[in-house]
Amino acid sequence: MVVSTYSENKIAEESSDHMSVKKESKKSLAYQTKDLNLWYGTDHALKNINLDINEREVTAIIGPSGCGKSTFIKTLNRMVELIPVVKISGDILYRERSILDKSYKVEDLRTNVGMVFQKPNPFPKSIYENIAYGPKIHGIRNKKVLDEIVEKSLRGAAIWDEVKDRLNENAYGLSGGQQQRLCIARCLAIEPDVILMDEPTSALDPISTLKVEQLVQELKKEYSIIIVTHNMQQAARISDKTAFFLNGEVVEFDDTNKIFSTPSDQRTEDYITGRFG
Amino acid sequence: MVVREKFHFDLKELQNKLVELGNFADEALKESITALETKNVELALEIMENDTRADVMYEEINDFAILLIAKQQPVAIDLRRIIVAIKIATDIERIADFAVNVAKSAIRIGSEEHVKPIVHIKEMYEITSKMLKLSLESFIEEDVQKAKQVADMDDDVDNLYGVTIQELLRINQEKPEFLAQITQLSFTCRYLERAADHVTNIAEHTFYLVKGRHYDLNE
Repeated sequence: MVVSTYSENKIAEESSDHMSVKKESKKSLAYQTKDLNLWYGTDHALKNINLDINEREVTAIIGPSGCGKSTFIKTLNRMVELIPVVKISGDILYRERSILDKSYKVEDLRTNVGMVFQKPNPFPKSIYENIAYGPKIHGIRNKKVLDEIVEKSLRGAAIWDEVKDRLNENAYGLSGGQQQRLCIARCLAIEPDVILMDEPTSALDPISTLKVEQLVQELKKEYSIIIVTHNMQQAARISDKTAFFLNGEVVEFDDTNKIFSTPSDQRTEDYITGRFG
Repeated sequence: MVVREKFHFDLKELQNKLVELGNFADEALKESITALETKNVELALEIMENDTRADVMYEEINDFAILLIAKQQPVAIDLRRIIVAIKIATDIERIADFAVNVAKSAIRIGSEEHVKPIVHIKEMYEITSKMLKLSLESFIEEDVQKAKQVADMDDDVDNLYGVTIQELLRINQEKPEFLAQITQLSFTCRYLERAADHVTNIAEHTFYLVKGRHYDLNE
């Protein structure tokens, strides 16, 4: 870190970028939202959200309950459309194409954008079938190919060694942490580009949580990850960028190093230091 | 609802412990100058003996701060509050060590008649003492203007140091038989000048706490 020589001017100046990490080479954008607004009936849940989300990075969304972070992540794979009273304005670009465009098939979007939920939700099938299910829907029937996908996905989710000898057992027999990694493996099986995670460790014990966090670090080498978390320390530990949502607005979006050391907005500082929320 | 009430209470407690250490170091330095001025060897010995209390307080502050980090996982300014407290404790502990050094000089000079009155040395202490109080206020109140005043006052100590050393060098030429005493008095001036530099470090820590970046006020 640069040590400044003292002077009146230097004391007066407020540098905003001194703690930020060095500028990286420009990455492509996985997602871009432009003036995104969302209403549940008359409730204005998202207000003018403009975020550029880089590929192959972990982007954390933090904020108090009801701030719109889960709503936001559910707009990214259009899950929010399942709610009839929802109205959206603005735009969401995935790989530079508007996903709100009528011609964009939601099936195509969700082939590229996987999602992991708060509570592990394996299918009531065998471990093997949980993973093979997606590829089968996409027309893969060859047993050898499916075997390879299952192994690769389970290895990718760091659970292969724990389940390789019981692939035909029911997935419900796994622990919560294992079930969540199985769900991540299921997500990987369709080879997505982006993985959305909505509080993926909130139902897990601390060790399972650390395993999933470690997995996220591995996965970001190949996937773009957007994670909603209530756990601010988790956001600090695993993300590259952090967006702080409050009352449906993005108060601050910056490098995680900056957000957790010298945030620009007092509301961010107050939230991350636990003064409200 | 006040959230993290216990954490904020503990941060306050950390500040209180620092002030306590600061008061102790200031008192030790004051007494060491008195021991020197009044040729009170007993008082000097007492100062040396009491220094273990400063060491204990210093360790307590470190342990307390480490526990706070481990248990509360502070971020942003809260994290800087604790890191800065650890750094300030180190600076104050060094000041307490300088009090011991001055006490040792007082013992070495013993009852020998002083080659010059202890006026400048006392003055250096008086300024350093004010700086220490002001620097701790600047830390607790997170007031960079007070921290800036501390840095300005350090210039006065530096000037006095230069003047006094020049004078001692001159006396040494006139009274070379007092070389041992003149050396001890020069050391004492140096200890006080260094103590003021450590106080200036505390002011720098306040800048870092408030601004989140490093400033060199000792320039």
